[in-house]
Amino acid sequence: MVSKKDFVKFDKVDKSYDGKVLVVKDLQLDIAEGEFITMLGPSGSGKTTCLMMLAGFETPTNGEIYLDGKAISSIPPHKRGIGMVFQNYALFPHMTVYENLAFPLRVRKIPKDEADKKIDKALSMVSLQGFAARMPGQLSGGQQQRVAVARSLVFDPQLVLMDEPLGALDKNLRESMQYEIKHIHESIGVTVVYVTHDQSEALTMSNRIAVFNDGKVQQLSSPDELYEKPVNSFVAEFIGENNTFGGEVSDISGGKCKVKLANAEIIANPISVKGKGERTTVSLRPERALINPSTKMDNLHKGKIEEVIYHGDHTRVRINLLGNPEFILKVPNSSSNLDIKLGNEINIGWNSDDARALDPK
Amino acid sequence: MSSETKQILTTDGIPLEVSLKKAERKNKIKAFLLVAPLLFFLIITYVFPIGDMLFRSVDDKMVTQMLPKTFKAMENWDGQELPEEEVFAAFHEDFIKLVEDKREGKLSTQLNYTKNGFKSIIKKLRRASKKFEEGNYKEQIMSVHKRWADVEYWRAIQRRAPEFTGQKYLKGMDMYVNEEGKIVSVEEDRRIHRVLWLRTLEIAFFVTVFCFLMAYPIAHLLATLPMKYSNLLMICVLLPFWTSLLVRTASWMILLQQQGIVNDFFVGIGLVADDNRPEMMYNKTGSYVAMTQILLPFMVLPLYSVMKTISPSLMRAGKSLGGTPFVAFWKVYFPLTIPGIGAGCLLVFILAIGYYITPALVGGASGTLISNQIAFHMKSTLDWSFASAMGLMLLSGVLVIYWLYNKIVGIDNIKLG
Repeated sequence: MVSKKDFVKFDKVDKSYDGKVLVVKDLQLDIAEGEFITMLGPSGSGKTTCLMMLAGFETPTNGEIYLDGKAISSIPPHKRGIGMVFQNYALFPHMTVYENLAFPLRVRKIPKDEADKKIDKALSMVSLQGFAARMPGQLSGGQQQRVAVARSLVFDPQLVLMDEPLGALDKNLRESMQYEIKHIHESIGVTVVYVTHDQSEALTMSNRIAVFNDGKVQQLSSPDELYEKPVNSFVAEFIGENNTFGGEVSDISGGKCKVKLANAEIIANPISVKGKGERTTVSLRPERALINPSTKMDNLHKGKIEEVIYHGDHTRVRINLLGNPEFILKVPNSSSNLDIKLGNEINIGWNSDDARALDPK
Repeated sequence: MSSETKQILTTDGIPLEVSLKKAERKNKIKAFLLVAPLLFFLIITYVFPIGDMLFRSVDDKMVTQMLPKTFKAMENWDGQELPEEEVFAAFHEDFIKLVEDKREGKLSTQLNYTKNGFKSIIKKLRRASKKFEEGNYKEQIMSVHKRWADVEYWRAIQRRAPEFTGQKYLKGMDMYVNEEGKIVSVEEDRRIHRVLWLRTLEIAFFVTVFCFLMAYPIAHLLATLPMKYSNLLMICVLLPFWTSLLVRTASWMILLQQQGIVNDFFVGIGLVADDNRPEMMYNKTGSYVAMTQILLPFMVLPLYSVMKTISPSLMRAGKSLGGTPFVAFWKVYFPLTIPGIGAGCLLVFILAIGYYITPALVGGASGTLISNQIAFHMKSTLDWSFASAMGLMLLSGVLVIYWLYNKIVGIDNIKLG
């Protein structure tokens, strides 16, 4: 497949609704053809606005958006040929499932027999054969969601936008729908731009994730990189769980740095700190710290267990460590269990590579 | 099946159904007591008057009660030849009693409704009857006036025998029962009610159409504008509700009259010549303009309440799927507003069909409606039974429309707020 690197291109896009506050600031984003890209961020971070600009329901205040090399700011939404799945499904309640799917085909004047084939194909793709005659109101939330997905794909768009499509579903259904959407994407190779505030959704589904905050893309990278190697403390905080230490860089050399905390010193991996005396926030994933490590680790400290929370497959342990009373550890629930008791003093160790010294909070 | 044969008992051994009823009885009584005043009020102010109206419109007991013996004797009369002596004797007996009670004048008025010419012969009969001898009343009555010997007049009396009559309804449609007992229309130049019925329907229809055309964009604006603007607009829509109907109608009179503000404006911008000002009042135009304005909120509110519930993402979905804004509107938005359109149109049409004060004030001769005719009979001619009959015809017209609406759109599809 010859895929274009910049199938969708946001070029220096600004957006302001009231002329005072920029909701999207100088957005620069390239989306490759066939990619599943997720815009992830807290509410109000500008991710939905970006999607709406791409769909054509909002116009950029400044800058230009290109779709397949063409500037699209002056093209009305109905001529862009972009499929869209809305937050609340937006199925037409007065039409049957069949009519809902036939709508985009009818306005494109596709002959009926060809349209019927496409509708059949789209319905089987979301495993809803036999539901064509139902009204949307007679379907469950998950089924409605599938119809919405099928409708956005039935006219073979090159690009599909999804605006928090799974937000209204319960947890189990949401997870199975995540896989289903992912499989559909893989099988037909359509470019998907997906907006969500749910990080696990973003991590499981996407090729790349753009983390939005404050109108800016904070980091754009693959899910594993985003999780393992956050480039700033917002991303580290937003994606997954995170233990932090605030301190000052006391020494930096050979790809390692020493960070002076209130009453101790730890070794960390300098990511966004450059020199001595800088303030920094050191971020460490809970699963990267071990209790009584058997291998040698360059950070080893004693902490007191403050709380033990049983989670079934793992146990969460809250430890008061180096003046941080919120230090979380995840202990897998295996038979060789350690002596985790409330009030015990234990040794906790981690590698300095996993402790990323980022910008101060 | 098992639920029928095996009774479910509560832990105390009481059948579950009995226990449930007992538990809910208190609530039911409480609920009924809360509704009782309103129910009572409705019965007194609504069910009873309408029942009375229905009764009054068909009631024709007066003559029946004035000539009881005559009608009894007439039962065996075939109506071909002059009746037998016993009918005349019975009539004489009834008549003497009426004269004693001084009620023969009423009889003559009533019979005159049925056939002209009764007034004078009853007066003559009253005078002559004082000198009547016993027996052979047929001869004696017939000798009073030649019309008493005319079988037509006796048939006219016989027609008043039933206690109930539909003739007021026929009159409401410009029809009557002629001497042969057939239902025929009145002469063309005396037909006034049919014109009024048609005009009422026409004005109500067009007022509904105008209201719809004006209210739809307003309601859409109301439903989509940000709260602070839509509140202001809503106040503008509701403002007329806080002003008396009479004040609003009177202000239309000021605006629309020939020397009024609108005409002054037209002359001012050179649209019409000063000596050729159009008449916008005391004709249909006046009724259209004023009624449309007054009934507009009744269209706006149901439309607004329906549009408010339509998610804006539906229109967006329509557009993103490739529909032009018009297609998205026509195929997606418009069908979803049909319950509101139905409610608004039904409401405005029903209100317009019975509108009274506004057409009476600004409608003039060509702009009055059937309701004005009803009022005329209530107040001026005091023919209450005729007014009731027309009122009921109006009511049944409304019910027919309601029925049609239910057939076509479905009444459960309606949404008022």
